[in-house]
Amino acid sequence: MTPLHLCLLISAGLFSIGLAGALARSNTILVLLGIELMLNAANLNFIAFWRFGPSPAPANGMMFVLFSIAVAAAEAAIGLALIIAVYRHQKNIRLQDADTLKG
Amino acid sequence: MTIALLLIAGLMLGSATAAMAGRNLIHSALLLIASWAGVAAIYLWAGAEFVAFAQVLVYVGAISMVVLFAVLLTRQNQIADQLIAPPTRLRAAAAVTTGSCVAAVLAAAICSSSFAPGAAEPPSTTVRQIGLELMRQDGAALLIVGIILTVALLGATILAATDPKVGPGSSRAGEDVP
Amino acid sequence: MIAAGPDSFLERAPLALRDWAVQLLPVPLQWLAHHVITIVAVLAVFGLFFAFTTIAERKLLARLQNRLGPNRTGLPWIKGLRLFGLSQPFADAVKAITKEDIVPAAADKILHFLAPVIVVGFSLMTFAVLPFGRQYLPVDLDAALLYFFAAGAATELAIFMAGWSSRNKYSLLAAMRALAQLISYELPLILSVVPVVLVTSTLSTKAIVIAQGTWSFGLLPHWFIFTPWGFAGFIIFLIAALAESNRSPFDLPEAESELVAGHLTEYSGFKYALFFMAEYFGLTALSGLGVTLFLGGWQAPCAFLQFIPSYAWFMMKLIGMIVFFIWVRGTLLRLRIDQLTRLSWQFLVPLALLNLGNAAFWVLTAQWAGPLQLVRWIVSAAIIVVPFILMGRSLTAGFAPRTYRYAP
Repeated sequence: MTPLHLCLLISAGLFSIGLAGALARSNTILVLLGIELMLNAANLNFIAFWRFGPSPAPANGMMFVLFSIAVAAAEAAIGLALIIAVYRHQKNIRLQDADTLKG
Repeated sequence: MTIALLLIAGLMLGSATAAMAGRNLIHSALLLIASWAGVAAIYLWAGAEFVAFAQVLVYVGAISMVVLFAVLLTRQNQIADQLIAPPTRLRAAAAVTTGSCVAAVLAAAICSSSFAPGAAEPPSTTVRQIGLELMRQDGAALLIVGIILTVALLGATILAATDPKVGPGSSRAGEDVP
Repeated sequence: MIAAGPDSFLERAPLALRDWAVQLLPVPLQWLAHHVITIVAVLAVFGLFFAFTTIAERKLLARLQNRLGPNRTGLPWIKGLRLFGLSQPFADAVKAITKEDIVPAAADKILHFLAPVIVVGFSLMTFAVLPFGRQYLPVDLDAALLYFFAAGAATELAIFMAGWSSRNKYSLLAAMRALAQLISYELPLILSVVPVVLVTSTLSTKAIVIAQGTWSFGLLPHWFIFTPWGFAGFIIFLIAALAESNRSPFDLPEAESELVAGHLTEYSGFKYALFFMAEYFGLTALSGLGVTLFLGGWQAPCAFLQFIPSYAWFMMKLIGMIVFFIWVRGTLLRLRIDQLTRLSWQFLVPLALLNLGNAAFWVLTAQWAGPLQLVRWIVSAAIIVVPFILMGRSLTAGFAPRTYRYAP
């Protein structure tokens, strides 16, 4: 069990926690938080391979993680703005209630 | 070394679980912020300082604010605890089963693959190297990410600012009140 | 170069003291002792600095308002001795510690307790990358500036926790206002620092101070504040630093005439003192960063003045900036929330972006010599002064439309 295996197992665990949370909850904000957890788990994988794996270009893993963090920020902002817009329409943020196309 | 990693990872996974399984929305958000800080601590353990500081700055400093504002602006009852219904037993069981299956598949794949032993020291990537690589090799990607962030900013502002009584596309700012 | 510069006895004395204390211990404990002594020294120095900032502020504000400040406190065991009020901070500390700590019954106890802890913790963490002297940098990081802003950004979270956990409408509203102010001014703060990074091409505070260490004719220092882009950047940094630490004229979140005490309404006793301390620590850290980035850090203003130790220069410049902030507090009027957000988004951010272009121009024309140097200075100054005047004129034209938005 090398440190690389340990890091990968940790990120797999974080990913599955995020997945279970995103599937189980019906509050839209919690689903979004689950998605953010999954993104973080993927970033952890990148950093684990940057640290322990052999790589010809040493900074590639870091670059990917930096861009991933930036894109995750943009996606969280848009997602939460959408949640606010949905709240204005149906006055609550239960996912199951957003099931009509009209509005 | 490994003990530090196990400790940080334990705290991070614990707060992530508590965040996903909790009933109080604000507590969930704050516990998730703690798990993001835990991820930043793991980045520091791995020697990726720049990414760790960027993670704290973006996630704990900015995304957390957006999440908390969204929670405050979509409240049902004004000041009481934001209690949200826990999932039904069937749904929770299904979700946990799915999560465990995914975790099992990933763990099997990880444990059965052998990687070359890694270096003892983290690869030394200075900020100067990161800057040069961002500007030279990844210059196009940097510009595109800048455009994405600008578009996301404008889009989020437009989405969240539309007043349903007045209708989309108009706003009341700018009209003179005598 | 005059001899008693970087190696003088005063310069090396505190370091020699620490090394002597460290080598008294067995080898396995030595790195721990090294860092613990550094931490204790920073806490002690800046704790005392905080204490004397409070009394200096009260007395300076008092003199600005044509009255005396606190001047009655003395030493408790000597009757009748008045130390011009200099032991007032210690009297305040005793009061804060012994006051009853009232927590509202409906409050969220854990969050209510954690908020002051987090805000003080992260404010103190920002001190780790400030170079106080030639070899007095607690942690030498490659990405020091990024660390500073990351640690500062986490304090905003504590303000939300304070406002939310109090279960008080006014606290929550004030916390949201405070967050809006902090988020709005984080952008000019960081943008005003980016030109310095552009010119020195490093994020390390140590390298930025060393880059300002030359003199023209031995008399005029090459600090960044004496360049057009540095001056504009410094002014924007000052305004943003005032707003980031919730100080007048941007103290809407915690002013007494607004929403009781803002997000601190339900805090009393030591927790209130911790918030107060965190605000002053944040201000001191930002002033320290301003000194490092624009005022030359621990560099002496003239070459022959280097016999004064570097940490003394840093402290003098820091005290100068704090006194300037106190002066601004006593002079300017408080801004309304929409005025201050408008100031940030419509004025400071465009100016900071133009300043970035200004610094780029400066770097690209570094080879111009002779009379072209004068052209370089004039063009660089014009790039920032002309838009400043134009935008200032257009933004203050007429009255702003008054829009009312009520809390949902």
